[in-house]
Amino acid sequence: MDIQTTAQIINFLAAMVLLTAFGMLVQRRIYGLIHLFAWQGLFLSVSTAIVGYAAGRHHLYISAVLTLTLKVILLPYILNVLIHKLKIRKEIETVVNVPLTMLIGIALVIFSYSLTAPVREMSTLVTRSILAIALATVMIGLLMMITRRHAVTQIIGFLAMENGLFFAATSATYGMPLVVELGLFFAATSATYGMPLVVELGVAIDILIAAFIFGIFFFHINTTFDSLDVEQMARLKEGE
Amino acid sequence: MIFSPLDLASLSILLFLLQVLLAPFFKKNERFMVNVCFSLAAAASLLAVAAGIWTVENGTTEKAILALGLPDLPFHLRLDSLSGFFLTTIGLLAFYVSVYSIGYVRGFIGQRPVMRLVIFYSFFIAGMFMVVLADDALFFLISWEFMAAASYFLVMYEDEKAENKRAAFLYLVIAHIGAVAILLSFGVMAGLATGFKDFSGYTFDAMRASHFPVEWATAAFFLSFFGFAAKAGIIPLHVWLPEAHPVAPSNISALMSGVMLKTAIYGIIRVTLDIIKVFPWWWGAVVLVFGLVSAVMGVLYALMQHDLKRLLAYHSVENIGIILIGIGLCMVFTSFQMPLIAALALTAGVYHTMNHAMFKGLLFMGAGAVLHATHERNMEEMGGLIHKMPWTAVLFLIGCVSISALPPFNGFVSEWLTFQAFLLSPSLPAPILKLLMPIGAAILALTGALAAACFVKAFGVTFLGRWRGQHKPKIQEVNWPMRIGMMLAAATCLLLGILPTLFIGWMDTIPVQLVGSTISESAGTYGWLWLTPVAPERASYSGVIVFLGILAVVAVAYIMLHVKPGAIRRGNAWDCGFEKLTERMQYNATSFSMPIRRIFGYLFDIKEQVDLSPQSAHSAFPKRLNYYLRVRDRVWGWLYKPIAEASFWLSRKVGMLQQGRIQTYLIYSFITIILLLVFVK
Repeated sequence: MDIQTTAQIINFLAAMVLLTAFGMLVQRRIYGLIHLFAWQGLFLSVSTAIVGYAAGRHHLYISAVLTLTLKVILLPYILNVLIHKLKIRKEIETVVNVPLTMLIGIALVIFSYSLTAPVREMSTLVTRSILAIALATVMIGLLMMITRRHAVTQIIGFLAMENGLFFAATSATYGMPLVVELGLFFAATSATYGMPLVVELGVAIDILIAAFIFGIFFFHINTTFDSLDVEQMARLKEGE
Repeated sequence: MIFSPLDLASLSILLFLLQVLLAPFFKKNERFMVNVCFSLAAAASLLAVAAGIWTVENGTTEKAILALGLPDLPFHLRLDSLSGFFLTTIGLLAFYVSVYSIGYVRGFIGQRPVMRLVIFYSFFIAGMFMVVLADDALFFLISWEFMAAASYFLVMYEDEKAENKRAAFLYLVIAHIGAVAILLSFGVMAGLATGFKDFSGYTFDAMRASHFPVEWATAAFFLSFFGFAAKAGIIPLHVWLPEAHPVAPSNISALMSGVMLKTAIYGIIRVTLDIIKVFPWWWGAVVLVFGLVSAVMGVLYALMQHDLKRLLAYHSVENIGIILIGIGLCMVFTSFQMPLIAALALTAGVYHTMNHAMFKGLLFMGAGAVLHATHERNMEEMGGLIHKMPWTAVLFLIGCVSISALPPFNGFVSEWLTFQAFLLSPSLPAPILKLLMPIGAAILALTGALAAACFVKAFGVTFLGRWRGQHKPKIQEVNWPMRIGMMLAAATCLLLGILPTLFIGWMDTIPVQLVGSTISESAGTYGWLWLTPVAPERASYSGVIVFLGILAVVAVAYIMLHVKPGAIRRGNAWDCGFEKLTERMQYNATSFSMPIRRIFGYLFDIKEQVDLSPQSAHSAFPKRLNYYLRVRDRVWGWLYKPIAEASFWLSRKVGMLQQGRIQTYLIYSFITIILLLVFVK
């Protein structure tokens, strides 16, 4: 497999990641969302493996396997169980309507490309164009958290954001100082192809713990407010 | 030598901390806990006194570095003459108050848990010791906050009353605003000491070694002065004092007023004379003006009070003012290179610090004894206590005479020394100071006179005359530990008053260390009997002779009255020769201070009204007469209310950010990230 093909494949996978991100932005049903999230994890995992192969960084295989187990199997499973236990079957209400959200998403992608343009010019890595997509994924994840009202969707948004971070870290570039300048702390660990293994393991455990904490929170929010609609939490505001 | 003074001082602090660990074991037997812990506190305080006396006597400076603190920023300790002096002052009063507390805290047993009081009492004194021993900004501030937090919990001790919570909160707020200013001041000095390169400038040694540009030094000085003023209760930052002191238990009020305020004086001296060292003369003038205003306003406000402890709290403002006058004069003279007079002014200020600790401690202990016996703080409801509580009355009287600056007690000596410094001011080169100084001296004299008037009122209304209250409680003299605590303080007041020369000779290492001159030689020209601060032909005072003279007059009067039987006739107290007057018609605190309230009325926010009822009767023959009087600090309306309103307004505006919706909060971070990305690109 020559470098050109590799780059093509990686770019294709990156496009798929972005596509799933947009898919999540549009998806109204919760099971669909979780499926999309699993797919995104799968693309991420495959792309990580290929980057590892192309760059000869074999520890990236471990990352790929970790991503696969955590994000494709474990987390969707946990979320499914949670939804089942909490008996959530409703459609998800959005705060902003879907077309507008899509438009904002597109604007964010363009913004990300313009932002990472200097990096892409400087870098010679096969993965250089991924950074823009990774950043876009992060921001779309955040956008999802903002536009959705349901606690579970917010968590999926958060996890999608984390996917973007991971993507940025594994793809990464030599344009490291600039990445730091972006003010996104995660990228600081992405010196070259992939993070050091220790950091990776740490991140993996973080995600797992976060998932557990979210689970516990779901139960508590649900028992306190009889609903997982975060709008209800406005009642916690002081003074009214 | 096996021990050094610093070892003793550290041991003392450790003993206090040990008590905190020890107290919970005696929870079952509270009486035993009070006895053991306060006895231990008294012993530990004596250790600190020994360390202090020893250091000041020899003028030694001892340093140590503790293995505590942050990584690479260890705590530094230093015991020099100045810290030694404050260690002695704090330790001495802590010793007296600890003895007193053995008796006083007994009164709380059964009413509320005393363990809290015991623990925070130990923390509080340990905190004060740490403040004066600290030799770096970090340890200083930690100790400072430690002390403030401990005293906050002590003020809150009787926390079921809303009044106490309010007072404690006010105290905490002002203490923290002050602490922030001190922190900033140290930040400026530490930064300049290393050129903002690293953190090594946080030690006082590094700050001492550097020379600050005058504008930065001014910023640092005023920040720290503001911060210390908040703690010392200098007008207009005094508002917490009259709130917090009355509601705290009386042994705590004695310590807070007697010595905690003095840590702020210590801070001012440390920062100006020891760390910054070179400064323009107008700094001293500013300190002097604040001192004068605090002195005269403090005593005027005190005159308006009829709550005994509140009155004493306002007198703390006055006395802090007098101390500041000494310090301010010292700063002025130092900046004009007149070390001899600077030494005199510094000695006066520092001497008054010690004196105030003693007599204010004594007075608060006396007020506590009255409170303990009568459960009453309002003087208008008291009277004639001298018959029921003769010991307390005499000891309180000694405190009153001392604070009114009357010989032969200690207050006179330090105020007299301050006057001497004022009288030497015509030699100053700045014309504006030549104008300011006589006014200052006059204000100081006025303060002394008003203080005397105020304590005639405090003592007369509380202890003389007849009981004014509606119901007559059974009043007993207080127990022995309380009496002993007060007696020790009273004896110290007398000794400091009649043997000033010895005391000045002892503390002479402080002016040597800070302004490079000594006054003990000129002050002790004629030995211990005569105090001659500048030169014998200029001014001299002998406490011993005055004391003996007063004793002789009293003895002669006593003999003349008792030699002939029938020379003494007993009538009703304060009936002015009429016989039909009741207790309610006696002269009282409000009527006593009325002339002064008329003269200085414009300084206060006074609301006074008289209701005649019933209205139908002829106004010349009212059945009932209601008199309503409310005197308030003008500072509240002028300074604090606008600030409080502004901060509430601002808080409401900021509160609008708080929508309670997660999405909104996420949008805030989202927009922040986008903006950062756009602008930092």
